[in-house]
Amino acid sequence: MELKDFIESFAAQFDDTDASEIKAETVFKELDEWSSLIALSVIAMADEEYEVTLKGDDIRNANTVEDLYNTVKSKM
Amino acid sequence: MMSSDYSPEDYVKTTGVMERRTSRKLTTSDLSYGAAEKLIADLGWDKNEIDALVFVSQTPDYILPATACILQDRLGLNKECLAFDISLGCSGWVYGLSAVAGLIGKGTKKALLLAGDAKPRVKIEGEARDPLFGSAGTATAVVFDESYDGLKFHFGTDGSGFDAIITPDGGARGPVKPSSFEKEDVDGLMKCRLQTRMQGMDVFSFGITTAPKSVKKLGEHFGFDYLDYDYFVFHQANMKMNNMIAKKLKLAPEKVPSCMYHFGNTSSASIPLTIVTELKEKCENTPTKFICCGFGVGLSWGTVAFESNNMVISSLVEMADEEADQKYVV
Repeated sequence: MELKDFIESFAAQFDDTDASEIKAETVFKELDEWSSLIALSVIAMADEEYEVTLKGDDIRNANTVEDLYNTVKSKM
Repeated sequence: MMSSDYSPEDYVKTTGVMERRTSRKLTTSDLSYGAAEKLIADLGWDKNEIDALVFVSQTPDYILPATACILQDRLGLNKECLAFDISLGCSGWVYGLSAVAGLIGKGTKKALLLAGDAKPRVKIEGEARDPLFGSAGTATAVVFDESYDGLKFHFGTDGSGFDAIITPDGGARGPVKPSSFEKEDVDGLMKCRLQTRMQGMDVFSFGITTAPKSVKKLGEHFGFDYLDYDYFVFHQANMKMNNMIAKKLKLAPEKVPSCMYHFGNTSSASIPLTIVTELKEKCENTPTKFICCGFGVGLSWGTVAFESNNMVISSLVEMADEEADQKYVV
């Protein structure tokens, strides 16, 4: 799993945010569109695309998109 | 009432809840009583012949006595009727069914399983209920049939997730005190310790992994292909979660009914409620194979596979206290 593929899959969960705004170093919880509902989409995406189970703590402890990528990678 | 985090449209899209029914006055036992009376009448049962009553709820009428005892009296059942409560939520109907299945044929010929959740124990002034949850009470009648090879179950429990869905105070662990009424920020919502809070992300991730596994394990254990079954009724908690579960199990959408849109999450009532509102016409006169899976608070989960044969399905009864009630729309 490449970082850029993960960023793309992550960005796909947002409807109103331009993909160019979501980069490896983006603090995703500070994005305007971020909500608890998008968190669920991200959990679903990780399960569907990478067969990884993300928990609430994984989302809470990750700051940047890259942090989340590393978490998913470590569970693969 | 709503989080400021997201729009109502996004809420409906993710949860699947457009509206639900609640009551300010009617308790779970009131609603279950209504359902039971209707079902008993539709079945033409003699109440005197009902041997067992199991009441599944986490909103009983009283801390004690068991609500099942009160219902025995209210329904006018035989005084030799066995009656007890089960305290489970999302998985409750499946567990209740297994309790009844355990009794049937061993002295019990006719049993009633009443399940649901409704009016919460604590009313917080000026506050409406969480829009995700609705009130419902259901009645399922189980009768002994010698020729039937039995209900097939798979169960699971993970108590390490006990606080994923929890009402912290009001039990022995956290007795009610003045601070129990103080609001605290729980994931962006202000709740007091007498109100149920849920770790949404953990419950979601639990649901999408556990439910499919449970259905598969049931099939493996009993040696059947779950895809042969006609309908899959999942506990109605979140549409996005249920869609993912159905996708993982490769289920055709028409085999996976839902009533979330109109009723919200009705806890242990959700599976039988879905059968009543979505499958009545389709199933009542045809032998039908069901797989039902409830999962959630506990963490607890259970899956049951059964075949119905000319099952009597009553139509929905909508009850309201004329003065106190109205329908809430998200």
